[in-house]
Parts: sequence; C-alpha cells; structure tokens
Amino acid sequence: MADDYTHIILADDDEDDRMFFTEAFEELKMNTSVRTFNDGVYLLDHLMKNEVVIPHILFLDLNMPRMSGIECLVEIRQNSRFKDMAIAIYSTSASEEDIESTFIKGANIYIKKPSDFKKLKKMLSNVVTINWQYQTNGLNRDNFLLRL
Amino acid sequence: MKLFIKFDFQAVCNSVLEERLQALGIAYKIVGFGEVEFLQKLSEEKKHEFVEALQPYHIEIVEDQKSILVQKMKDVIIDMVYNADTEVHVKSSVYLSEKLGHSYGYLANLFSEVTYTSIENFIILQKIEYTKHLIIHENLSLTEIAFKLNYSSVAHLSTQFKKTTGITPSAFQRIIEKRRQQQN
Repeated sequence: MADDYTHIILADDDEDDRMFFTEAFEELKMNTSVRTFNDGVYLLDHLMKNEVVIPHILFLDLNMPRMSGIECLVEIRQNSRFKDMAIAIYSTSASEEDIESTFIKGANIYIKKPSDFKKLKKMLSNVVTINWQYQTNGLNRDNFLLRL
Repeated sequence: MKLFIKFDFQAVCNSVLEERLQALGIAYKIVGFGEVEFLQKLSEEKKHEFVEALQPYHIEIVEDQKSILVQKMKDVIIDMVYNADTEVHVKSSVYLSEKLGHSYGYLANLFSEVTYTSIENFIILQKIEYTKHLIIHENLSLTEIAFKLNYSSVAHLSTQFKKTTGITPSAFQRIIEKRRQQQN
C-alpha cells in the first residue's frame, strides 16, 4: 500500500458517528484520506462535479434527511463513472431482508455500526484491506460482497 | 597536516536524498532510515529521473525488487488455487518456498509488509473468489467446488466462505441472480 492512498468518503448526518469514523482512520495509520459529508444531497453535489477525485470506498449511512443512503446508492449505481468504486452501507441494525436488498441494489459492503471504538477500527481496517485486494489484484468487483 | 572526520551516515544520506528530491520538485517525507514516502503519485518518468539522480551516490531503490517478489508470490498462489486439481499436493508453504527459492519465513514477512495481509489470508481470499466464480459462471454445486479446491468437506468450504464474506454461499448466489434480473 506504500505508493498509493485509499480515498474514502462517508456520508452520515450524525456528527458523533462522523467523528468516530474519522478518528478511527487517523489511529489506523493506513494511508487513507477521509472526507465526510453531512447528508446525501451534499454528497451527490460533490460526486457529480467533473473534476472530482472518485473515492475508492464510499460509506453511506442509511437514514439521512433529504436523501437516504438507499436513494444515493441507486443514483450512484446508475452512473458508470462510479463502477470501480466500492459502496459500503454503514448503518445501525437492519433486517436480513433490508441488508440483502442493499446488496441487490449494488452495495458491496454492509457494516453494522459497532458500539465500541475498538471494534470500529478493526472493521474499517478489514474493509480497507479487502478492498485493497480487489483494487490491486484484478479481482472481479461484481462479486465483491462483504458483510461485517 | 591531517584532520579526522566523523560521519553521521544517516544525516549524510538523508541530506543527499532531500537535495535530490527537492531539485526534482517531488513532494516527499523521509519516514525512517532508507525509506522515502512520496506525497503524490510519481510518474514513471519522474521516478526514472529520481533513480538516475541517485546513481552517482550509489544509492539504489530496493522497494521495486520487493514488489516484484511479492507479485511472483501472488502469481504462484493464484496458479496453485486455480489448478488445485493438477498440482502436487504439498503444503502451500513448502510449495512457495521451493518455487521462489526463499525461506517461507522470509516470504511471509515480506508479503505482510507489502500487502498488509498474510499469505494465508490471501490464499483463502483467492479460493473464495474462485468459489464465487464457479458458483456463478460454471454453475457448480458447493460439493463439486469443495472437491475441486481440495477442501476436506463442504462444511469447511461453506464456513470459510461465510467467515470471509459475512454471507453464506446460497445468499451470495441469490443476490447475484437478483441483481442480474434487475439489470435486465
């Protein structure tokens, strides 16, 4: 991972969750750059800019005002510019059906927000490491499904 | 007249590096002794210039050799996973070290250093990716796949799949099928 950064974006309306997320990556020291947005509308405004640096992994909270994580997911997956970007749903618990439906709609990763900071760090490091394998080893991204 | 000089090798080497990097206008950070981190992606051209600039000082870049060996390891592993039915059945550690002519300990350390994952995890990941491929494109049953990939039992494969991806093989198959239906 020495010669390249993993660019990460999180859209989450909860300030504490955004802070834990950023701090977790700071402590992990994994060559990542993290940007956060307060909701889906801000996120899409940013992603649709022409000169945007497309992140390697996008984390989406499900319940956000104005535009939900699912709406973001569907809109982003319709745009082929983002086909190599992994999308992680980052949410508090949901039913099995809901989880499966996010995968069907094009999510690659589903993470249940852990209550414990240590667990969060472990999960996020896991996500970045596995995504890195897809990024560098030419694995088939269509088959990239991960639930933590 | 004679003067006696004392060197601080690290300081000398670092200042040579700094001087050359600055002359080339490369943003950098010297991480430790003999390790430079580039703060932006380096074009092949720039990299070449950098290598040449260091030649008069007999400073060489070793990182690339490490990457090449790691790439070789990956190739051997992938070949091993995808041709599991034809390969001689030796332990992967023995096979790797024989093929590449280094001790397994050395290879394992180097692999983790460069890829942030262990050889064991990489093998498992490759096997699970191949399993996914066989489920979707070859329509093989899990029993057939377990046999093909030398798993001791279907249960073992199924558990490893779930442990690696967080979902069961059947859920995986269902999701991919529904995705396809949705796209049509």
